Amino acid sequence: MSAPTTDLSMQLARQEGWNRPPVIEPGGEGELLELAMGPHHPSTHGVFRMDVVLDGERVIKLKPVFGYLHRNHEKIAENTSYLATMPYTDRLDYFCSLTNNWAYALAVEKLSGQGVPERAEYLRVILAELTRIQNHASTIGFLLQEMGASGTPLMYAFREREKILDLFESLTGSRMMCNYMRFGGCRVDASPAWLDAARKVVSGLPEFVDEFETFLRSNEILMARAQGMGVLRPELAVNAGITGPMLRASGVNYDIRKVDHYGIYDRFKFRVPLGDHWDIYDRYMVRMLEMRESIGILEQALKEIPGGPVMDPKAKIRGFRPKPGEVYGRIEGPKGELGFYLISDGSPNPYRYRVRPPSLINLTVLEDMCVGHNVADVVLIFGSVDIVLGEVDR
Amino acid sequence: MKTIEEIKAAIEAAVPGAKVEVVINPGPSGQHSLLLGTATAAAVAVFLRDDPTLALDFLSNVTGVDWPDKEITEKVKVPRQVVKTVDGAEQTAEEIVEEARKRVEPGYLEAVYHLYSMAKKHGPVIVRIRTENRTDKTKLPSFTPIWRSAELQEREVFDLYGIVFEGHPDLRRILMWDGFKDHPMRRDYVEPDDFEYEPTAHDEVLARAQAQKAATGVGITPQESGR
Repeated sequence: MSAPTTDLSMQLARQEGWNRPPVIEPGGEGELLELAMGPHHPSTHGVFRMDVVLDGERVIKLKPVFGYLHRNHEKIAENTSYLATMPYTDRLDYFCSLTNNWAYALAVEKLSGQGVPERAEYLRVILAELTRIQNHASTIGFLLQEMGASGTPLMYAFREREKILDLFESLTGSRMMCNYMRFGGCRVDASPAWLDAARKVVSGLPEFVDEFETFLRSNEILMARAQGMGVLRPELAVNAGITGPMLRASGVNYDIRKVDHYGIYDRFKFRVPLGDHWDIYDRYMVRMLEMRESIGILEQALKEIPGGPVMDPKAKIRGFRPKPGEVYGRIEGPKGELGFYLISDGSPNPYRYRVRPPSLINLTVLEDMCVGHNVADVVLIFGSVDIVLGEVDR
Repeated sequence: MKTIEEIKAAIEAAVPGAKVEVVINPGPSGQHSLLLGTATAAAVAVFLRDDPTLALDFLSNVTGVDWPDKEITEKVKVPRQVVKTVDGAEQTAEEIVEEARKRVEPGYLEAVYHLYSMAKKHGPVIVRIRTENRTDKTKLPSFTPIWRSAELQEREVFDLYGIVFEGHPDLRRILMWDGFKDHPMRRDYVEPDDFEYEPTAHDEVLARAQAQKAATGVGITPQESGR
C-alpha cells in the first residue's frame, strides 16, 4: 500500500456524514449490554470512562466520558500572571512537562516578540527530544502491558526512562514537574558535567532501542493483536485533527518540526517515519522509528551546542506585560500538536489562555476505530492513542 | 500562502453575499484574523476547506472568548437652552455644555478557529464568529460537519462558555457534569464558596430530596439552601 495523498482522497470521500462513526446493527439474538469501562480501570491510564454498548463481545457503540480530572486550568491561568502559569503547564501532560513548558514559552515569546539565545535553543531541543524518547518508550511499554505482557516490557522502558529522568532531575531539580523554560530562555544553565552525562545516556539509547525492537518486532502476541486492528483512514485522521505519531501512522506526512521550523529544528537532519497500514502496529512502529530519529537529533545537538547565556539578558521577568494582541503558538509534542492560544490586553494576566490538548483531540475518533471490534481490543486501541488524563480534562 | 486581504477577496468572490471583515492583531505575532458573518459562516468554511489553493483541511484549534458588556463614559458637547437675566429681563440663549454620558456597549461571545493546511503545509488562517449577545442569542453555526476535529472542542466551548452550536451532532456538556447550571469560563462567573457542597444536585438525588420535602415538609432541597 502506498502512502495516500490526503487532498485527493479527501475530495473523493466527501459525502454527507462520511466523517461520522460507523453505525452497526446488532446481529446476535441476545440482548445488548451497556458497560461503563472506567473511570477506575487500569487500562484507562487515569480516570477516564468509556460507555460501551456490546452485542456479545462486539462493540457497537462507544461514547467517551470526560471531566473526572477537570480543574479548569484555563481559568486558573487567566487569574494569575504569565510566569506563574509555567509550573501549572507541567501538570497538563505530566509525562512530558518539558515539551509543555516549551510550547507555552514559545507562545508567550511570539506574543511579546521575545528572542531566545542560541544555547537555550539547543538545550530546549535536547530536553524535548529526551522527553519524546521516554514518552514513546513508556507508551510502547504500556501497550504491551495491555496486551497481557505483564510488566516486563514496561520495566525495560522504565529502566531507560529512569536514566532520562535522572538527567532532568540533576538539571531542573525535579524528575517530572520540571518548570524549566522561561520567556526568553531557560531557568539554569547546564554544566559541562551534565552535558557529558547526557552524552553518555544518549550513547546507550540505540542499544536499548535495538534490544526493545528485537524483542517486540516479530513478537507473536503483538502481531496477532495489533496488525489490522483499529485502522484509521488518513482522510478521516486529517479531518478529525489527529496529530502526532497517530497521524503519521495513518500515512500523513505532517510533522510540525518540519512544517513550522520552530526553535532551531531546521538545522538538524531527521526523517519523518510514516505508516502504511494505519493500524495499531503502525502506531507502535512509528514511535519506535521516531525514537531512532530523536537519538539522531540528540547526537547532533549535543555535538554542536555552543556556549553563551541561556537567558536573554533583555528578557523581562518581573512586571512582564506583553502588548495587546493575540497569538497561537504550537510545537510537535510527543503526543501531537500542543498549542497555546493567548490574548493579551496589556495587563500582567492573559485575557484569554487556551491549551490545545493533543490527547483530547486524538480521542475524537476513538469510537470510529473501536466499533466492530471486540471489547478486549478497545483497551489496545485506546492504548495506542497515547493520552494523559491531566491534559485531556485540564 | 495568500495574505489575509487576498483570502478575504477570494471568499467574497466565491461565496455570494459573504460578510467578511479583517480583524487586525496589533501584537508582534501579526496573526490577523477574519470575522465572518454568522449566516454565511458555514458556506465560507466549506470554501476554505475545498478551495484548491487554500486547502485548509486541518482545523487545529477551536476556542471561545468572552467579551462582557462594556460601560463607556464619554464626554459629549450638547447644546442647551439656558435662561439668563440680561438687564433685568429674562432671555433664553443657547450654550454649548460638556456632559458626561454613559453608554453600554453590548458584549458578545466569540468562537475562534485556527485553520491549517496539511496538504499545502501552510497556515494558520484564523476565523472568528460572534454571537449577538451573551444572554439569549448565543447560537452559532457548528463547523463539526465540515471538520470533525471541532466535535469535542465545540462541546467544550458550549460547556464552558455557553455558545450553542447549531448543527452539532452531539452537543452535551463535556467537562462539567450534566446537571451543572452555569458556564465557568465566562468572565462574570462566580464560583460557589463551599466546595464540599454540590451546587446542582441532579437526577436521583434531586428527585429524592424534593419528594421528601413535599411529603414531610422536612429537609431542604439543594436549591433552597440560600444559594
